[in-house]
Amino acid sequence: MYNKTLAELSQALQQRDTSSEELTGMYLQRCRQFMDKLNCFVTLTEEHAMAQARAADKKIQAGKAGPLTGIPMVHKDIFCTNGIKTSCGSRMLDNFIAPYDATVVRQLDDAGMVMLGKTNMDEFAMGSSNETSYYGPVLNPWDPDRVPGGSSGGSAAVVAARLTPMATGTDTGGSIRQPASLCGITGLKPTYGRVSRYGMIAFASSLDQGGPMTRTAEDAALVLNAMAGFDEHDSTSANEPVEDYTSQLENPLEGLKIGLPVEYFDERLNPDISRIIHDGIAELKKLGASIHEINLPSSKLSIPVYYVVAPAECSSNLARYDGVRFGYRCDDPRDLNDLYCRSRGEGFGREVKRRVLIGTYVLSAGYYDAYYLKAQKIRRLIRNEFQQALKEVDVIIGPTAPGTAFKLNELIDDPINMYLSDIYTVSINLAGLPAISVPAGMLNGLPVGMQIIGDYFSEARLLNVAHRFQQATDWHQHQPAEYK
Amino acid sequence: MAWETIIGLEIHAQLATQSKIFSGAATAYGAEANTQACAVDLGLPGVLPVLNKEAVRMAIMFGLAINAEIPSRSVFARKNYFYPDLPKGYQISQYELPIVSRGSIDITLGNGETKTIGVTRAHLEEDAGKSVHEGFGNLTGIDLNRAGTPLIEIVSEPDMRSAKEAVAYMKKIHAIVTYLGICDGNMQEGSFRCDANVSVRPRGEKKFGTRTELKNLNSFRFVEAAINYEVERQIDVIESGGKVIQETRLYDANKNETRSMRSKEEANDYRYFPDPDLLPIEIEKKIINEIKQSLPELPDAMKRRFIEEYHLSEYDADNLTAGPALALFFETTVQHSGGEPKLSANWVMGEVAAALNRENKDYNQSPIKGEMLGGLIKRIKDNTISSNIAKEVFTAMWNGEGSADEIIEKKGLKQVTDSDAIEKMVDEVIAESPQQVEQYKNSPPEKQGKLIGFFVGQIMKKSKGKANPKQVNELLKNKLAD
Repeated sequence: MYNKTLAELSQALQQRDTSSEELTGMYLQRCRQFMDKLNCFVTLTEEHAMAQARAADKKIQAGKAGPLTGIPMVHKDIFCTNGIKTSCGSRMLDNFIAPYDATVVRQLDDAGMVMLGKTNMDEFAMGSSNETSYYGPVLNPWDPDRVPGGSSGGSAAVVAARLTPMATGTDTGGSIRQPASLCGITGLKPTYGRVSRYGMIAFASSLDQGGPMTRTAEDAALVLNAMAGFDEHDSTSANEPVEDYTSQLENPLEGLKIGLPVEYFDERLNPDISRIIHDGIAELKKLGASIHEINLPSSKLSIPVYYVVAPAECSSNLARYDGVRFGYRCDDPRDLNDLYCRSRGEGFGREVKRRVLIGTYVLSAGYYDAYYLKAQKIRRLIRNEFQQALKEVDVIIGPTAPGTAFKLNELIDDPINMYLSDIYTVSINLAGLPAISVPAGMLNGLPVGMQIIGDYFSEARLLNVAHRFQQATDWHQHQPAEYK
Repeated sequence: MAWETIIGLEIHAQLATQSKIFSGAATAYGAEANTQACAVDLGLPGVLPVLNKEAVRMAIMFGLAINAEIPSRSVFARKNYFYPDLPKGYQISQYELPIVSRGSIDITLGNGETKTIGVTRAHLEEDAGKSVHEGFGNLTGIDLNRAGTPLIEIVSEPDMRSAKEAVAYMKKIHAIVTYLGICDGNMQEGSFRCDANVSVRPRGEKKFGTRTELKNLNSFRFVEAAINYEVERQIDVIESGGKVIQETRLYDANKNETRSMRSKEEANDYRYFPDPDLLPIEIEKKIINEIKQSLPELPDAMKRRFIEEYHLSEYDADNLTAGPALALFFETTVQHSGGEPKLSANWVMGEVAAALNRENKDYNQSPIKGEMLGGLIKRIKDNTISSNIAKEVFTAMWNGEGSADEIIEKKGLKQVTDSDAIEKMVDEVIAESPQQVEQYKNSPPEKQGKLIGFFVGQIMKKSKGKANPKQVNELLKNKLAD
């Protein structure tokens, strides 16, 4: 049963082949069994889950169930949950309990989903390996010596290990797609503003976007139906109509124009990864798609631009963690300055402090124009290049990550190479576009993800391409041996 | 050496919205600490600001009232600094693209001339909370009720040349925001406050001197006193061979002096950047026109109308239009006075102002309403009572004893205009005062005017103030000339 997709579980619940209570009990059992091994949870919410499951069963019995009612899931510990700890992977918020639900939490709650717990993550979503978490690294279910990717590493590991069929993630520079790639699952980053950011703890406000992490594109579509939409509590959420994202899943791919950016496939790309992605593209070609070479010349600047813009916003977003009103406070502060310095010095980890310092620097008088302003200009350039390319083609395809899951501690002291693991994902956040990572092959026993990028608000099209790909391939059905 | 003073003001006016600029929490003053601060005001993780459209509308009203440009696009920016009463570690303000740019107002100088003062810009921002230093031992308390209250910061050009001009400018801005109803103007509660940038230069010099910024001047009187003190201080520093340092100084009203708070070197680098949580404000011409149509009569227009319609002096009209409650009070009084604008003006600015001042009340809190005051003035006009008796009636009215007519009736204060009765009293007083009559008759005419006062006083005493003084005077003159 735990191997079923969300869509299959939904059907089983509708047909009363199982109950939410039964499913929830089973998945909780698996969570308890594997959580210490994977270190994937910050909080397991068993009682809360059972109560939600019973409520869901009542809804199902009353014939008031929707497709998500009664389905177990987990939230990345970046989404605020009323009355339940929200740590954001940080010592700073180890004691923080929000008095409100994030909009996404409320939406999925309203849809009848059952939250089993909250997943481990890189501290404040800053990291690509899940090693920056205050709670220690999450391990990759495919190989315990390797990282799951980050920052939504806990969510990716939970779905890959079949501890739930679905998890929420957030993606600021690749934090949904890269761990999805490294763990062999499907991860969708919607268009910026498609999903509300209210109650989702901010890292870089102009880049952050929540989305679903699932086993299949079909499951992602079902969840996006509940997550997407305008939110009056988030001024940057898009006031665009929400489609039924499942309605186009089965559409044929005849006539689909796929763009391949030459910059993504140059000599720097690992040849094995390149081969896997080209095989994936060949599958889509078989389904009727045509292939077109495109140029995204500014994409090489995306990492430096990202590491100006994101730290700048984070340095300001994280200023509220000052030990005054909530969160970590140092012992016996001597004076105000000491309170600030030690609370923040002790409450934040190294990567967070590194980015706060970079961000403070690039916004400082005398450096603002040279760094922040210039980065914003290049960001516009990157955005324009994508928009131009997407006039010629329907989707853009490339690798999600430059390699497979790397070893624990391999890059933790090498921030530059760690940052480069997001080289294919950050530009999509800078442009605000939607993109999905789907499993497209295996390399030395580790999954490889393929990234499909679309135009603004073209999630239905992306999910359609991903779904047809998954109908034609079985990479998304591979699963780590220990968790079968 | 002759010195010239250069002053620019930054005025913070709290907008009279029901809720805060980026949250739904109430803005009412005086609530128990931290009861009017929601998750957004507290800067809890994950929460987001949502702009209050009413604050935008009010800022546009102000811009239109000072004939400023309202750009079609303005942007919120974050001003980053750490302070315990600043929950997010940044203040949401506007920096490069404010909602109101380039306007001006006219002020009236002491000599009656008009001077135009430029307004560089006005921008929307949120207020911070308050640090509370009393009642917590050696700790500091934080009250975040005020955090997120909408403000417009109005920045003037360095166009003012004396403390008096600065006060006139500040009063004018105060009148405009209160006429518009976008600010309650309450300076004690901090709804309207001001910082002053002050520098001096030798007369004739083109370059500005080094300026200091005077903080938190929360009354018109303090603005004037602080600037005057600071100008003296700067001149002293320069004349004794020193240099003025660019710094922020705090005015101490108790000692009437300014003290250094922090120097330019210690100043924060605010690292302004556009707030990614808020979209730029886009304003259509149509909206601006709609708001323009809805603007109430403003102080300058009202002043001109008072001069034309009521034939008031420039001075009276200026004073009567200093605030909307005062102007309304005056106009109501006139309407009920039987067409006596000048007398109404005198009473409103005289007795009423003094009485309100004593009790620290505004015109809209006056126990005597304009209608009632008009009723009193009508009785002065038609000679029912004299001006002196009117003062007595006014006091009774103030104490809630009824309308003018009721009090005059009840207390029997009607003026005696019966000439027989007055003549009788005149005769009696002349008969009782042979010495004074003798003295009067022996005096040259230019001294008689003064001496007659004695007789008038005696008669008024006899009549308990009710004899018509004009009649008394005429009769006396005739009788004493005999």
